[in-house]
Amino acid sequence: MIFLIFKRILLGLITLFIVSLITFAGVEVLPGDACTTYLEREAYGAALEACYQRLGLNVPAYERYLSWAYGVIQGDFGYSLSGEMKINDVLGPRVKNSMVLASASILIGIPIALLLGIITALWRDKFPDIVISTITIFSMTIPEFISATLLILIVAIWLEWLPGIVIVPTGASISELLPNIILPVIAISMIMTAHMARMVRSSVIQVMSSDYVQMAILKGVPYWKMVFKHVLPNALLPAINVVALTIAWLLGGVVVTEVVFNYPGLGRLVIESISNRDLPVVQALAIILASIYVGINLLADLMTLMLNPRLKSLQIKK
Amino acid sequence: MELQVEKPKSNLFKIYEIISTMASRPSGLIGLTILLFHVVLAVTSPLYAPHDFKAIDPSLMLLPPSSEYWFGTDSLGRDVFTRTILGGRTALTVTFFGSIIALLWGGALGIFCGLVGGRIDDVVMRIIDAFLSIPWILAMLLIVSLLGTSTIVLIPALGFFYGKGIVRVARAATHDVIAKDFIVSARARGHGNLSIIWNEILPNVRDAIMVEGAMRWSWMLLGFSSLSFLGFGVSPPTPDWGLMISNARGLMSFAYWAVLAPIVGLSSLIIGINLTADAFAKALGIDRSTKAPV
Repeated sequence: MIFLIFKRILLGLITLFIVSLITFAGVEVLPGDACTTYLEREAYGAALEACYQRLGLNVPAYERYLSWAYGVIQGDFGYSLSGEMKINDVLGPRVKNSMVLASASILIGIPIALLLGIITALWRDKFPDIVISTITIFSMTIPEFISATLLILIVAIWLEWLPGIVIVPTGASISELLPNIILPVIAISMIMTAHMARMVRSSVIQVMSSDYVQMAILKGVPYWKMVFKHVLPNALLPAINVVALTIAWLLGGVVVTEVVFNYPGLGRLVIESISNRDLPVVQALAIILASIYVGINLLADLMTLMLNPRLKSLQIKK
Repeated sequence: MELQVEKPKSNLFKIYEIISTMASRPSGLIGLTILLFHVVLAVTSPLYAPHDFKAIDPSLMLLPPSSEYWFGTDSLGRDVFTRTILGGRTALTVTFFGSIIALLWGGALGIFCGLVGGRIDDVVMRIIDAFLSIPWILAMLLIVSLLGTSTIVLIPALGFFYGKGIVRVARAATHDVIAKDFIVSARARGHGNLSIIWNEILPNVRDAIMVEGAMRWSWMLLGFSSLSFLGFGVSPPTPDWGLMISNARGLMSFAYWAVLAPIVGLSSLIIGINLTADAFAKALGIDRSTKAPV
């Protein structure tokens, strides 16, 4: 058990190590570097040399990788290109803003997803299932930027209920943020909820058709007692992993949603730093987003491990 | 008594069978119809587009829908109807060829990993895991911003990033057949690896890989349109739904038609591909309802 947990953590760390290699190598291999981007047309001769000297780009790539990785391990991402600010100072408020958005969406999304998934599974192919399933399929297939744009058009412009665009500064406090994030939270949690509800539905349906549930029905166990005692615990366990993967996958969608609502989070920073070709910030973002992905998956694996007695002695293989 | 040997069905007949099974469910029929409509529209629309898609005329700015301009005009006075019926061409072409690239390299690497196993398999899967944990949008944006947004860059880049998941599916499917008797007997007959892959493994994993590829197609379309929407995909003045939505968004309180038309176009295409891919999976008897979108 302890060994398994350590193995999981180790695998996560190896993945992150490869991610850092990929991002570093990717930025190296692609044409152009920080100095040619920064100096633009004046990138030749003495000015270019001086810039290489100043940013430390004239040492071999592996040395730069080592010193960069050493800094990252200590939580220091170095300096950004454009404002010559410390990347940590750039990231700090953005991370907080995105965390507020993400946790609000998850807190709202997961209970609704569970409820909808269970309802659709128990009333499979009947009226509630057909209605809810149609809605969830629609909201998970339509791109984030379309549902967000439609939300702004309907709720903010036609009905004039809520502000359509977030106009708070990057360093705003949580109490300033909260009234502004209602629409972005709805946009994100709509897609997330739809994905998770589908997973919960198929998981519950699978358990409902298993032998021991059939047996319980034949033994005359009351329906709701059977649902809560036998079906749900077994159905929700495998759903944890899938839910984690879904949340992690949605990181990409959060980027788009933040742009639509002009929300000052990590997602908009992705677009801004790529537009400015601020490669050090892009590298830092890749590592952070990958860590979130790996972290969520690790958490889900560990939760499954803790909750499933059968896995305690077995090797889990993904 | 004479032994009746069933003749192997021709490939064309098998395709006909699969399509008719798909069309026998209402959702599959709707999906196929929408997809067919979009493909026909994309191929033929230049023939009957009523206006020039890039003709800018300030005197025609933001006109509401009328008999001359069916879906109104946008902020540059261009006909929204013309741009909407032309707007799926680039997206469909890029993502179609992108999914084929994804299928080919993902399928090949997956089968290879499933077959050889051991150390090589471990290393490759670790690297694939690492690539999976970088958000697709960050990687795509980086590539596109450094290499440009021509289709020559977009098709392989999308093909590469959406093929990672296919590697996993192809590998798992190969693992399922690798220990079966017919593979063992093929080995005993002295067949080489290539012959085993082509004659024994491929026919058995093909369905799973193709279903995954169909699903990837709709995700790739979503990703491609998101790139266009963010300004990193198709470059103006090429009509593209993602780009049109992004351009018309700022003025949608005055001119909702300019944003609604491309929204309907893109949403219907994505829903069509999704329903078709679902029906395709069901027709081949593959259940992918419990899989996460990776």
